[in-house]
Amino acid sequence: MPAVGQSVPRKDAWDKVTGKTQYVDDLSAPGLLYAATVRSPVAYGKLHGLDTAAAAAFPGVVRILTAKDIPGRNINPLVLDDQVFLAETEVRYWGEPIALVVAETSEAAYAAAELVKADITPMTPVLSIRDALKLDAPRLYKGDNVFSSYTIKRGDAAAAFAKAAKIYEREYETPYQEHAYLETNGMMAIPGAEDQMTVYGSMQCPFYVHDAVSQILGLPRNKVRIVQTATGGGFGGKEDFPSVVAGQAALAARVLGRPVKLIFKREEDIIASSKRHPSLVRMKVGVDRDGKLVAADITYYIDAGAYATLSPIVLWRGTVHALGPYVCDHVLIRSYAMATNKVPCGAYRGFGSPQVIFASESLIDEIAADLQIDPVELRRRNGLTLGAKTVTGQTIDQSCGLSETIDKATAAAEWAKKWKPPTARTGKVRPGIGISTIYYGVGLGAGGKHLDRAGASMTIMKDGTVFCAVGNTEMGQGARTVLSQIAADALGAPYEMVNVIEADTAYVPDSGPTVASRTTFMSGNALVAAGRELKGRLLPVIAEKLGATSPDEVDLVDGFGIRKSEPAGTKIPYLDLVKEMYQRRLLPSSFGWYVAPNTEFDKETGQGDAYFVYSWCTNVAEVEVDTETGEVRVVRITSAHDMGRAINPQQVEGQIEGGTLQGMGYCTMEEIRHDAQGKLLNNAFATYILPTMEDVPELRPIIVEHPYSEGPYGAKGFGEVPLMGIAPAIANAVYNATGRRIRILPIKPEKLV
Amino acid sequence: MNTKHTVAVTVNGKKYTREVVGHRTLLRFLREDLGLTGTKEGCGAGECGACTVILNGKTVNSCLVLAPEADGATIETVEGEAKNGKLSNLQEAFHRNHGVQCGFCTPGMLMSVKALLKEHPKPTVDQIKEAIEGNFCRCTGYQQIIESVLDATGQLKPKTEEMRRV
Repeated sequence: MPAVGQSVPRKDAWDKVTGKTQYVDDLSAPGLLYAATVRSPVAYGKLHGLDTAAAAAFPGVVRILTAKDIPGRNINPLVLDDQVFLAETEVRYWGEPIALVVAETSEAAYAAAELVKADITPMTPVLSIRDALKLDAPRLYKGDNVFSSYTIKRGDAAAAFAKAAKIYEREYETPYQEHAYLETNGMMAIPGAEDQMTVYGSMQCPFYVHDAVSQILGLPRNKVRIVQTATGGGFGGKEDFPSVVAGQAALAARVLGRPVKLIFKREEDIIASSKRHPSLVRMKVGVDRDGKLVAADITYYIDAGAYATLSPIVLWRGTVHALGPYVCDHVLIRSYAMATNKVPCGAYRGFGSPQVIFASESLIDEIAADLQIDPVELRRRNGLTLGAKTVTGQTIDQSCGLSETIDKATAAAEWAKKWKPPTARTGKVRPGIGISTIYYGVGLGAGGKHLDRAGASMTIMKDGTVFCAVGNTEMGQGARTVLSQIAADALGAPYEMVNVIEADTAYVPDSGPTVASRTTFMSGNALVAAGRELKGRLLPVIAEKLGATSPDEVDLVDGFGIRKSEPAGTKIPYLDLVKEMYQRRLLPSSFGWYVAPNTEFDKETGQGDAYFVYSWCTNVAEVEVDTETGEVRVVRITSAHDMGRAINPQQVEGQIEGGTLQGMGYCTMEEIRHDAQGKLLNNAFATYILPTMEDVPELRPIIVEHPYSEGPYGAKGFGEVPLMGIAPAIANAVYNATGRRIRILPIKPEKLV
Repeated sequence: MNTKHTVAVTVNGKKYTREVVGHRTLLRFLREDLGLTGTKEGCGAGECGACTVILNGKTVNSCLVLAPEADGATIETVEGEAKNGKLSNLQEAFHRNHGVQCGFCTPGMLMSVKALLKEHPKPTVDQIKEAIEGNFCRCTGYQQIIESVLDATGQLKPKTEEMRRV
């Protein structure tokens, strides 16, 4: 039986249930030192210097490091190259790292870090999107406070509005979201002979870390090696930020010539690591008499924080997804990433899209309510289908499961039976049902085209076990298992004998980041290429053994060499073939390289193929709202997803369920608060409220498969999608229960009473 | 502050004696003094449950217990679950039902469930939710964890691949 499509157990599950898995803080090294970070006590100011005398005298302290100790370049290399590893002459957010204290114990490092006094002249910080937009706002960088902006212009929106039967204008706001992966950020850097530096740690993107460590140390790339350790959750939060942690740990290790560990405490992880951008979305949509979208004008602002980091590309994805999966020929979308004096925001599952999806899916619901049309029906009238064009003018040419996800999710949730207008809801506790339909551009697309390639190496060992290395990471999502399934089938070896290991920059060249739901697709395709090449070397052996005239007549499937014309005939066991491979001295290794399908995009007009393929999803949320207390209980969420092909259905369900609960947290409870000076107030799990087991609604995942011709076994990619449309589905259900439209997340009880 | 205390404990049936400073937490004692790194620190403040161990039969957040307070105690951690290379029923159920993703909450989660099953060998879903409410998991959405516990106690109806595709 092929491994693809089966719910095989995870490759890493045995170690994880026995406690054997080694995360970075479980590792040690001889002579290990511990680092702690000194952080800025103000949000914005001039940094004149540090008084380190008391800290340096603290027992156990070995060294205090500042930007002056950096041998290379003090910039974390990303998009605009603006974030410093350690502040130099200014601080730009509360909690920004300004020095590292390195000591013989972690306790000493943290205690001494408290003793470092920074000489800072505070300046007036900019703390919100609205403040950053003011004409008299402090200019945080030269020019305006805009890091980046995009425009999508299709048709003639102004003319189309003039002809619209009805026009709707609304404003929506969304809060920060903290990733709250259970394992905090951490790195261990080990200096070696000949100027080598090896960094072990928790991360999504080893090649970003490789760039960063090489840059801060001023070392050639071939002296730097990054090894991903078992990673306790990422969700985007370990995309760019681990580069900072690794750079700092490596700096200390390099200067001191000893191994150094830098492991974050939870409070500082919340203070200092990236988050989902807060947003402000202004929507204006015109419809005709049938509720068809005829014009849209959308302005999208995100609060990028103190440095641009990933904001330009986060903004790009949000811009492209701003109207949702609908046909509309006249569209103007403008978007802006605003500089403020808060922690830099970055990647979080959905990458700039959940904010605009909340706005657009709420507005679609508002339009349906005003036109007295069933919200499902309004979506069916406007939804993208095969042959239709997106807001960027891209034709959807294949793998479009949108309408099937609508059919299946609404049928399973019994929408037709349960939906009635809010005016028909009565009583203290009122039920409500809401829907969202979304699409998601898989991979980096036109926005990150130059990074969209991936490699994989594959070696058949003498005993037949197969060793595979890829450039994308396992962070809990199950990548190693899914990729092992793909590798096994591509080669034709039994799944049990195939293993994909954690990413290590020594094994595979830069394969881009582990983001954008691209791992199954990109590394999967690289493994398919590697597996087929290796299999190609075994086919002549099989042909010879079976007396076939050509290798084309035979195949290696599920661990047996067979004649294609007689699959049930004589079979050559895989292990016999491996023996032959070694006896005949055939090369037992191969390397697969995959470059993403081409996308052509005009950045001036925002027109073209934004992504090479899209995944589709429909969510139906059912709630009960207590009209006296304002309490919202989410009863059930049914989500139907078209991810092309479910390589491992059980893991697909795990992704849907986990993403859904994160989306529910985003909608109903999660937010970060700052005081008037820009200090982050809720930096603990006691004050940053997460959904717990008591909050879990019934989760009903549904798999819909519209295979993608370029995908490994038809798979697209969808790890982010489960979160993306949950907030509007719940908000629409709350409206349906109460008639109250909440346009500012989270939906807390006080907003409903 | 740095006065040493002798701490003698039995962990997973094995006796250990160590000298520690008074402010050493049980979590760091297990991880750093005994080398039992299966138990994890998620928040260091008793909020996430990742460091849950069973102390004299009851679950505790080991980050909130000082090692000297545990002197003389019997402690169970994740490392004691599998016997002779064979997973316990509970571990097998988590393995089979994808109750594990990133795995960082898993050791604490297993200890909370183990304590629950001692009291309620066939727990209801509500009892499971109550018992694990203090164990955060950010990956799974908890449903496959609940299913794992139901399976471990013979209460789960098996799911076919056809059901997954509706």
